[in-house]
Amino acid sequence: MLAIKLAYRNLMGARLRTWLNVFVLSLAFVVIIWFKGVLNGWNQQARHDTISWQIGGGQYWHENYDPYDPFTVEDSHAPLTDEMTAAIKQGKMTPTLISQASIYPQGRIQSVSLRGVDPDQQILELPTEYLKSDDGEIPAIIGSRTAKNSKLNIGDYVTVRWRDVNGTFDANEVKIVHIFKTDVPTTDLGILWIPIDKHQSMVQMPNQATTLTTSHEIGYIGEFPGWVFKDHYFLLSEIREMIKAKSIGGYIYFIILMSLAMLAIFDTQVLSIFRRQKEIGTHIALGMTQKQVVALFTVEGAMHSILAAFLAMIYGIPLLALQAKVGWSMPAGTDDFGLTLSDTIYPSYSIGLVVGTTLIVLITTTIVSYLPARRISKMEPTDAIRGKIQ
Amino acid sequence: MKYIILAVLMLGIFIPVNAQIPSGDDILKRIDQNQVFDKAISTSTMIIHSRTGDRTIKSKAWSSGTEKTFVEYLAPAREKGKKMLKLGKNLWIYTPEPSDRIITISGHLLKQSVMGSDMSYEDMMESDELRSKYDAKVIGKEMYKDRECWVLDLTATIDDVAYFSRKIWVDAERWLPLKEERFAKSGMLLKRTEILDVFYQDDRWLPKRIIFKDMLSRGDGTEYIIDSIEFNVQIPEYQFTKAALRK
Repeated sequence: MLAIKLAYRNLMGARLRTWLNVFVLSLAFVVIIWFKGVLNGWNQQARHDTISWQIGGGQYWHENYDPYDPFTVEDSHAPLTDEMTAAIKQGKMTPTLISQASIYPQGRIQSVSLRGVDPDQQILELPTEYLKSDDGEIPAIIGSRTAKNSKLNIGDYVTVRWRDVNGTFDANEVKIVHIFKTDVPTTDLGILWIPIDKHQSMVQMPNQATTLTTSHEIGYIGEFPGWVFKDHYFLLSEIREMIKAKSIGGYIYFIILMSLAMLAIFDTQVLSIFRRQKEIGTHIALGMTQKQVVALFTVEGAMHSILAAFLAMIYGIPLLALQAKVGWSMPAGTDDFGLTLSDTIYPSYSIGLVVGTTLIVLITTTIVSYLPARRISKMEPTDAIRGKIQ
Repeated sequence: MKYIILAVLMLGIFIPVNAQIPSGDDILKRIDQNQVFDKAISTSTMIIHSRTGDRTIKSKAWSSGTEKTFVEYLAPAREKGKKMLKLGKNLWIYTPEPSDRIITISGHLLKQSVMGSDMSYEDMMESDELRSKYDAKVIGKEMYKDRECWVLDLTATIDDVAYFSRKIWVDAERWLPLKEERFAKSGMLLKRTEILDVFYQDDRWLPKRIIFKDMLSRGDGTEYIIDSIEFNVQIPEYQFTKAALRK
């Protein structure tokens, strides 16, 4: 307690030098919490949007299906079993049939993924209700990125050329009935969504599907021979890896920022020990052990981080709260990078994040304060009290 | 009575004409015969007309019947040294250094475009299989580019074909398919091939300049020009081996 009291008095006595150190350290606090908060917010939004728009409670993939190998798509389809059909009718899952095709907007050939989806499905946020049509045309919905890339608008007709199950070419006009906006580019870029029954008849694959998406509440239903269940851990691995990569990039900034703050603390400690040798000698002469003096100087250094935490609270809380409310708007065109990224990221700060960051800064500051203070234990008290340089 | 006389007269008009109409199968056979040769070496130019400009690719080909073909690309510099070997239904492509790789073109890869042209490897491979896959019907005689042509309608007899139907205009004298249209199942026209120039060599008429066009796209198609061809030349068997690709 005495050490804390003395450390506090010494720090306050140092005035500007203390407050400069505290301010730099508080900046590190706020930036670390803000950056981690942004990544957390991005992670949560990306997971939520991917679940809502694409993967539901997990997906059953046909055993040959590999989304990264377009050549597997033509062999990745199988008839739905009775159990699957029953589960679809109960709203537990919804089928998707995938095939490769080409579209010719304004006479330009573009490869697309043709995806048949149930217009009545309620599992995904895809606005499939627009695909209900009785006029004999093939209705299609596309994402805003595809619409922009292909220069397509609602009401436009576009020629689609595809191959049926035997490899025979077929072509027809498809009507764009709706353009949706989504943060999940994997449900948008280069994808043409059409009713699954039309798709099945176009490619001559009656009652067949490539994937089955389960509802959020149910997830895994059971084993289906020839189908492999992919859970959230697998399906969200890309997002996890992306956040991990971004976190590693962020750590470089933390290290630079913390190094600056720690350098200032280290410097202050070295200077204090050098200039306050007589004080150190007096403490020892008055009965303090060298260990106690080391502790006094270590507490003094570590107290910078406590003061920094308070200072960070004063200006950081309103700043971070405001950021969490208004969000961080992404620059135009960011959503074209193929990342699951909304227009505005709302940072998410957790207690764990704040406590964790405080502990990291406190421990680091304590270690950095202790390192120069170790010299005190090697000092000769008699020389120290005379102020002799050691 | 007068209807019977009319019918007899009409029969009298049509019977001799019908007797002169060859069957679709006969016409396809005549086309094949015109194209049959033992061995040949040719040089050709392929001009790909795309929206971003034209690309010219020069190549030299060694052929033995319809089963064996070896092609070496000569220009431009980017394509120079690439080689292609076709043995029956098998196709290999060699890419020179630095990749120095031989790729087998099969399955889905056959559906890819040849050097970015309007032709797929599949289009290139299937030319000699029409009679086995299609039912050919002669639907009339038309003048096409001042030449009298038989018009053939081909409908697939098997499921495993790229084009459900085709229409071919065959020169009735020279037995060259001057124009061919390939259709989707829906009846939509997908591709058109036209022979723009012909030449006469070694007692047969051959295409000089051919244009392939993807009818759904806005490009001007791919032009194929035979610069020179020599028939019945000596080609060592080694030329049609995979080892020759790396030579």
